[in-house]
Amino acid sequence: MTEQRPLLEVTDLVKHYAVRGGVLRRQVGTVHAVDGVSFALGAGETLGLVGESGCGKSTVARTVLRLVEPTSGAIKLDGEDIAPLSKTALRPYRRSMQIVFQDPFASLNPRMTAGDIVGEPLTVHGIATGAKKQERVAELFQQVGLRPDQMKNFPHQFSGGQRQRICIARALSLGPRLIVCDEPVSALDVSIQAQVINLLIDLQRKQNFSYLFIAHDLAVVAHISHRVAVMYLGRIVEIADKHELFANPRHPYTQALLASVPIADPKAKRTAPLIDGDVPSPINPPSGCAFHTRCPYAIDRCKTERPMLQAAGTAHQVACWLNDGTGRSE
Amino acid sequence: MATINFDSELRRAGANATGGWGRLAFLAQRHVLGTVGLIIMLLFVLTAIFADLISRYDPLTVDSAHRLAPPSMLHWFGTDSFGRDVWSRIIHGARISLAVGIGSTTLGATLGVIVGLASGYLSGWVDLVFQRVTDILQSLPLLVLALVMTAALGPSLPNVILAIAIPLIPTVARVIRANTLALREQPFVEAAKSIGMSEMRIALRHVLPNTIAPLIVLATAQLGSTILTEASLSFLGLGIPEPYPSWGRMLSESAAEYVRTAPWLVIFPGIAISLAVFGTNLFGDALRDILDPRQRG
Repeated sequence: MTEQRPLLEVTDLVKHYAVRGGVLRRQVGTVHAVDGVSFALGAGETLGLVGESGCGKSTVARTVLRLVEPTSGAIKLDGEDIAPLSKTALRPYRRSMQIVFQDPFASLNPRMTAGDIVGEPLTVHGIATGAKKQERVAELFQQVGLRPDQMKNFPHQFSGGQRQRICIARALSLGPRLIVCDEPVSALDVSIQAQVINLLIDLQRKQNFSYLFIAHDLAVVAHISHRVAVMYLGRIVEIADKHELFANPRHPYTQALLASVPIADPKAKRTAPLIDGDVPSPINPPSGCAFHTRCPYAIDRCKTERPMLQAAGTAHQVACWLNDGTGRSE
Repeated sequence: MATINFDSELRRAGANATGGWGRLAFLAQRHVLGTVGLIIMLLFVLTAIFADLISRYDPLTVDSAHRLAPPSMLHWFGTDSFGRDVWSRIIHGARISLAVGIGSTTLGATLGVIVGLASGYLSGWVDLVFQRVTDILQSLPLLVLALVMTAALGPSLPNVILAIAIPLIPTVARVIRANTLALREQPFVEAAKSIGMSEMRIALRHVLPNTIAPLIVLATAQLGSTILTEASLSFLGLGIPEPYPSWGRMLSESAAEYVRTAPWLVIFPGIAISLAVFGTNLFGDALRDILDPRQRG
């Protein structure tokens, strides 16, 4: 979007989990949850992050917020690397980045009123107390389309969509510059999904923060994102401008992913072959390109050398040996 | 998860009333046994509070002219070998039982919550140390442990409370720890972290309040067994010292010698103990059903 310094710049982010076994709890393997992910996110921009379950989308989200400690890599927020910071040193940065979770039922403390939940960040960061806090919370409630008189209600008295609005209000309370949305609508009814998505878009227009938007529903991602990154087995395989990605997918995995979206027309023909098999285990990911075990176009090089993201047209990067702009099999 | 949605639980069960009394009436109707338990417990508490008004004689006054008198209009439950009125002694014994029951349950639960919360939330070596100590404590039966402790500390009311409270800690700590471990993974705790709250605040404001329901259930269930443990300790001569009336001691004094000649000395304290334990257990069961429907079984 912008040529100036991006708001968030993630470089070579890695998160490995140790698999321990046996009596002595020795490490018997490593889960490569996130395996060298890099991307940048400009101010006011929305980056959609898509991929199958277990591909590491949520781990990326949590690692960026340092809710999960990264194994290695840099997370630059406004040019400042927050990855090596201690918990105390990190606190001021927490104001700039917030998260909205998938499950609106589990992400609100059932023992606190909605008003207390939304107002708590203000107390914690010493921003407002007493009447001033109440005023700000009421304002936040209105911003997300809730009535201020609902502040004294408990989470269970709200519907799923309303709960997600409370989560959004909580995320907004500190005036963040980045909001990570970890599948914020996948637990909601389709009609409610649209409302929440539109609310998110609307809020972004007014307050100009950035979204890292994680989802597995391509239609939702297409609607909200400016750019889209496709993940497979802990790696970004393709990242491009939204229109470019949907019109001209270059990675075979992206092609298959887009082709798997059901089309509401029984006569429509599939344009790309569906892929067979399951996602390989992230404990021992395949050598070379992680996708070569399922790729219909795989060549020998794919099995040995890992392809890196490289430019393929304007605002388009792909990690595939065949798709450096020429290899797409017609 | 340990999130209890009380209002909707009630509504789903068919309660129309939203007012306090209406709800109470509805619950009482559904849990008849629990209500009986509650009534027994209330009677027990009232007896302890108003012991001086209800008892007809001083429980400690010795009357050698009326030793071992059978139940009569004068002495409802008869008199013991010192001529003390059994009815009055049982009424006053309720105070001791209640003091020990509530005192040791509260103390044990409080310490257990601290240990459990620290263990579950901090994990790592804190958890390891606490859990191994808990294992050791749990490998001994409640009574044996309490016995050893009173023997070491000497019999007195505070010592008995302490001796019964300490063996309770592991049970409470285990439940709280398990709950804390589960709650720690909840998104609302993650949200609290992303807001930048201190670990202490998260533990106290977000984890602890959500462990209260299982804690209440556990504490009520333990109340009965603490009363029973006190009675057993006193029976074995390590509980409340003479001459204070403890139900357990009343039983032990009379059991061997007078069980055939003056059975009222055994029957009435026995009934008192059974009734108190029965009442708290019934109430505890009902409370578990109401607060924690998933444990039903």
